[in-house]
Amino acid sequence: MKSLYTFVIVGLCLSAGVVLAQDASKPDVQEIVKKANLVAYYQADDGKAKVTMTITPKQGPKRIREFNILRKDVADGGDQNYYVYFLNPPDVRKMVYLVLKHVDKDRDDDRWLYMPAIDRVNRVAAGDKRTSFVGSDFLYEDVSGRGLDEDQHELTGTTDTQYIVKNTPKAPDSVEFSYFTVAIDKTNYVPMKMEFFDKANKLYRTIESTEVKDVGGFVTVLKSVVKDLRTGSQTEMEFSNVQYNVGLGDIFQERYLKRAPAEARR
Amino acid sequence: MTRIGLTLVTLCVVVSGAVSAGETWDAFWKDMTPDVHGYYEARAGYRLQNDLYEKDMSLMEARTQIDLQSLPQWGTITVKGDAYGDGVTERGEFDLREANVLITPQDFLDIKVGRQILTWGKGDLLFINDMFPKDWQSFFIGRDTEYLKAPSDAVKFGVFSDAANLEVVYTPQFDPDRYITGERLSYWNGVQQQVAGLNAVTITKEPEGWFQEDEVAARLYQSFGGYEAALYGYWGYWKSPGGYNAVRTRGLFPSLDVYGASLEGPMAKGIFTAEIGYYDSKEDRNGTNGLVNNSEMRYLVGYKQELARDFTAGVQYYVEHMLDHQEYLAGLGAGNKAKDEFRHLVSLRLTRLLMNQNMTCSLFTYYSPTDEDAYFRPNIRLKLNDRTAVEVGGNVFVGQADHTFFGQFEDNSNAYTSVRYSF
Repeated sequence: MKSLYTFVIVGLCLSAGVVLAQDASKPDVQEIVKKANLVAYYQADDGKAKVTMTITPKQGPKRIREFNILRKDVADGGDQNYYVYFLNPPDVRKMVYLVLKHVDKDRDDDRWLYMPAIDRVNRVAAGDKRTSFVGSDFLYEDVSGRGLDEDQHELTGTTDTQYIVKNTPKAPDSVEFSYFTVAIDKTNYVPMKMEFFDKANKLYRTIESTEVKDVGGFVTVLKSVVKDLRTGSQTEMEFSNVQYNVGLGDIFQERYLKRAPAEARR
Repeated sequence: MTRIGLTLVTLCVVVSGAVSAGETWDAFWKDMTPDVHGYYEARAGYRLQNDLYEKDMSLMEARTQIDLQSLPQWGTITVKGDAYGDGVTERGEFDLREANVLITPQDFLDIKVGRQILTWGKGDLLFINDMFPKDWQSFFIGRDTEYLKAPSDAVKFGVFSDAANLEVVYTPQFDPDRYITGERLSYWNGVQQQVAGLNAVTITKEPEGWFQEDEVAARLYQSFGGYEAALYGYWGYWKSPGGYNAVRTRGLFPSLDVYGASLEGPMAKGIFTAEIGYYDSKEDRNGTNGLVNNSEMRYLVGYKQELARDFTAGVQYYVEHMLDHQEYLAGLGAGNKAKDEFRHLVSLRLTRLLMNQNMTCSLFTYYSPTDEDAYFRPNIRLKLNDRTAVEVGGNVFVGQADHTFFGQFEDNSNAYTSVRYSF
């Protein structure tokens, strides 16, 4: 699961990958999607990385978010567990955000937030997934992945190097976009660019993979940038210290919120 | 001496653990250099009305918190303390909030020894089975909410298995709440049958030595399919004065055992919680002693949900049922204000994030239809950058009567502001 680092991208991949439409004259979209999904999301059993988000608003100071993220798959292509250990800024240091992600559409993700100052584990109510993640331009859904069933997928084009997939939400009222497109690399199935179009079909948001590398045999997005064209704000997300098949134990429980394991802190 | 003894025991445990694991001393000291974090904060608050018994200034302090953490191979060492100058009491203070060692001698066992902040239970700013010490004074005068939790000097054992998880906390010397004494906040004085403050600062019994008056708290919990169920037990004392020695005119902390349970899980689009507790006031089991708190049942149900993007609401319904209320009334002095048999309480928390989540506006409200009183906690926090945050807020008490839980604090209603630099 090199995808850990690429988890954002992975999410994108997943959505992009789920191309349900099939046309004999085009490449087998289902197959593309399946591969993209496996490459981006479910390759190894687990993974970890340090994430640095740099939020650059149009006005005002830059803000930095640093956290270690640990991921473990419950089942290939199925549920996943995320453990996010915050390092910076100082006021959120040592906080832990735990997500048990459920792919079942009828079941919300389980989420907890651990607040070290009062040693309290707080169950967090399921939220709108198109809410900003830690105040950045990335949304929760960018980070944990958008459900495959939520969009109609259509292969709208191919270039020498990329497949272009258009994704149209089945429940348009639940999201702020009318559709988004994803350009997926033909050779490694990494989503290289996503473009979101608003209800007036105007481009307003992009996410781009700006650095992709092989890490221990797994193709990994090390850098990505999201731009909000309406606010002029952008966030760069950089993955470092990327590792796969770490052999994570069952750290996704209350005990390890109160006692962060070494893998999470270092 | 016992403190030194406990420290030695702790050290021995740690050392023997390391040595038995075959570690060299070099390995033992490796990674001992602590990470240093903390903050500087200035915080000021004033009463919104005159208080006959207290200063107008409710809060005036400059505070430094230093948070040290070392992560050697064999465990975690945390030392965290606050030094502050208190402009209201005109004293310099040091509050050691944490000084503990956490080790995992076996895969299934965690042990945390020393001064630590402890929390469990499911209520949001309402506590049934969380019998760890609270600092109500800090809470009401407008310090950061984290200060509601006062530290315990304790040993916590956690035993974890697939079947269930057990946590046991042993506190060798009773840690009472930092309750309302009258020094900073005026309060209902049951002896005088009127509101009092600096003119009648509560005096309580001197604490006993270590192991003379100890506390045990336990929690057994398990998760299943997104739900968590827990059983609780506590064997100790009323944490705020729950009794009175009329001869020596001292507040007392009578024996108290608590047995309870909680359940939490997803419901509809939000999270549902329920908690129950039986307070066994062992020194007044039949309720006839008017100078000792009666036994009680406490109930809580809660629900929280995100109503809109970055806007969440949480509501709780809480009931305290005084058992043997007839006996309580009979034992009450003539003309004394009586508590109701049932105290019903509703709480509502509203939280709205604005400006890319850099501004948090929140309002926590307690309202009791039976006591006819309420307590509002508005707060706005703005993060100017990654290190600097400013805050304004208030603690507003209203009530029909002077003797009810929140009504007694009416003249303490205050507004405060703060600036904090974190590092």
